[in-house]
Amino acid sequence: MTPLIVAPILLPLATGALMLSLGDRRRTVKAVINLLSCVAGLAIAVALLLRIDGAESAGSVGVYLPGNWPVPFGIVFAVDRLTALMLVLSAGVGLASLMFALARWHHAGVHFHPLFQLQLMGLNGAFLAADLFNLFVFFEVMLAASYALLLHGGGGARVRAGLHYIAINLLASYLFLIGVAMIYGVMGSLSMADIAQKLPLVPAADRGLLHAGAAILAIALLAKAALWPLNFWLAPAYAAASAPVAALFAILTKVGVYAVLRLWTLCFPASAGASALFGADALVWGGLATLGFGTIGMMASQQLGRLASFSVITSSGTLLAAIGFGQAGITGGALFYLASATLGASALFLLVELVERVRQVEVDPPLADDGSDHLPFFVESPEPPPGANLDDDQEVLIGRAIPAALAFLGLAFMLSTLVIAGLPPLSGFVGKVAMLSALLEPQGPAAPGIAPKGWALFAMLIGSGLVAMIALSRVGIRQFWATHDLAPPRLRIIECLPVGLLLAACVLLVVRGDAVLRYMSATAEALQRPALYIDAVMAARPVRAAPGGPR
Amino acid sequence: METLISLAIGLLCGAGVYLVLRPRTFQVLMGLSLLSYAVNLFIFSMGSLSIDKEPIVRPGVTPDLQNYTDPMPQALVLTAIVIGFAMTALFLVVLLAQRGLTGSDHVDGEEERA
Repeated sequence: MTPLIVAPILLPLATGALMLSLGDRRRTVKAVINLLSCVAGLAIAVALLLRIDGAESAGSVGVYLPGNWPVPFGIVFAVDRLTALMLVLSAGVGLASLMFALARWHHAGVHFHPLFQLQLMGLNGAFLAADLFNLFVFFEVMLAASYALLLHGGGGARVRAGLHYIAINLLASYLFLIGVAMIYGVMGSLSMADIAQKLPLVPAADRGLLHAGAAILAIALLAKAALWPLNFWLAPAYAAASAPVAALFAILTKVGVYAVLRLWTLCFPASAGASALFGADALVWGGLATLGFGTIGMMASQQLGRLASFSVITSSGTLLAAIGFGQAGITGGALFYLASATLGASALFLLVELVERVRQVEVDPPLADDGSDHLPFFVESPEPPPGANLDDDQEVLIGRAIPAALAFLGLAFMLSTLVIAGLPPLSGFVGKVAMLSALLEPQGPAAPGIAPKGWALFAMLIGSGLVAMIALSRVGIRQFWATHDLAPPRLRIIECLPVGLLLAACVLLVVRGDAVLRYMSATAEALQRPALYIDAVMAARPVRAAPGGPR
Repeated sequence: METLISLAIGLLCGAGVYLVLRPRTFQVLMGLSLLSYAVNLFIFSMGSLSIDKEPIVRPGVTPDLQNYTDPMPQALVLTAIVIGFAMTALFLVVLLAQRGLTGSDHVDGEEERA
């Protein structure tokens, strides 16, 4: 299993480098290579997940030492259940986005394919990194690729949103560095396991500095996880991005959530003495504020693209608030919700473009709400903008018509609505019910009843589901029913397939609900026992060189 | 020396934050650069400042922080400089693209309406 751990980083890196050397032409060759690499990446991620899940011990952790240096000093990649889950999600979303992009979007600019693979490399590396500085480096790889991908397709709206996105993420990166430096100054180590292990030994005089460093690092991570009030960049950027890029970005905010979950459960568990559960209330209330902000934003959005962006914010808020409780039951439900929300949001971002096409609008970026927009009903179809997308042959990019296309779109839209709003019978419902039932049964020694924050999350979860349902069905009515003279939409199979696959994955999450929920609970249980991860990482030993062989 | 370094970091950081909050894209770029210098100095100072000590182990001298300075922050700073430099260059490209597309160097691509 050991070499498999580093494969999710090496495979996209090698593929990206290979495609870069092929030059800007030969798009078909690159498309095939990229597709093969994405399929292989998904297979590797699934294989890792099955290996990790199949292992006997409760918190099975795979560790790989790329430089073959002893543990607290060298670089470490570690994969546990949480990492494996995130790897599968990013590979799955990546494959779906790529398939969608192959229909037309990969023609819209240069270097789409290498950037796409480097984006996947950054994502996977951030999930695998077991020390703070490599987490930073892979965050930067991921962000650098995302800056370029966000601008893919060009146009004023993208450049404007991209400028803000880059400036804010650069500032967040500097905060990240300050936080890492402060933690290093106190702990003298960058390895997450080493820091977590030594944390109870920090003298009281240094603890304030450590907490300040952790808080600054958390600000940087939470800005990427779209915590209110650090999330105003998200909706314009995601709504301006081209459909496949936005679908891939659905996992980007989850990286911030992942890093918070990983570091917070590792360093500040209930057993951490003076630092126990540091910042838990900030996570919960910040998450609730984000949830409220996202919900109101969904209600206020007139454009489907912005609505999908706000649904990403809503899911981030839900996850952060649920993580902040620090209880295995709630975290388990939240992880199920994470998987479902990522797939659902990704499918919705892909659907945005297809649905807009039903209205005979070759819109390239869905325009941001400009305030002068009409009420949702009885809207005239806007004129197609002058800059409609043209392919290499200067023909408007419209594919072969599928007779059942409208039915497919309607059904897919309805299913993704159910996933995002968390209604039965789809996967969003299972995740929410798991969280709600865990909220009603508080654990821990001091649990006389449900805390006010528990009731607040309980109410917000149900309320946000209702509002999401209203907002999405309003848009659905407007797009599918209240439009006059619907010509049959023209879709390509390769555009419908990824949407179908993402929604099928959501259905699969429900059909295999017991197995998935068991996996998520095991993940959450392991996260509540950070010693498992720490011991596994610290116990890793460098490989002894063969006698006479090179080191 | 600690005072001097702190003042330098504070000055760079203050100037950087002020410039980042300005409405022109070039000012934002300069602000981000100044902030990155401040951050790099800050990382450097986290390895306990010392004069006339090197981070590379010499034979015959006990390898501890009495005789050497901590090499780790220096390695981190190198990486951070490279990454910050690349990101600044990327920001510059986007800045120019926006200038070309909108004809304005305002961060929103259009002048504020009075």
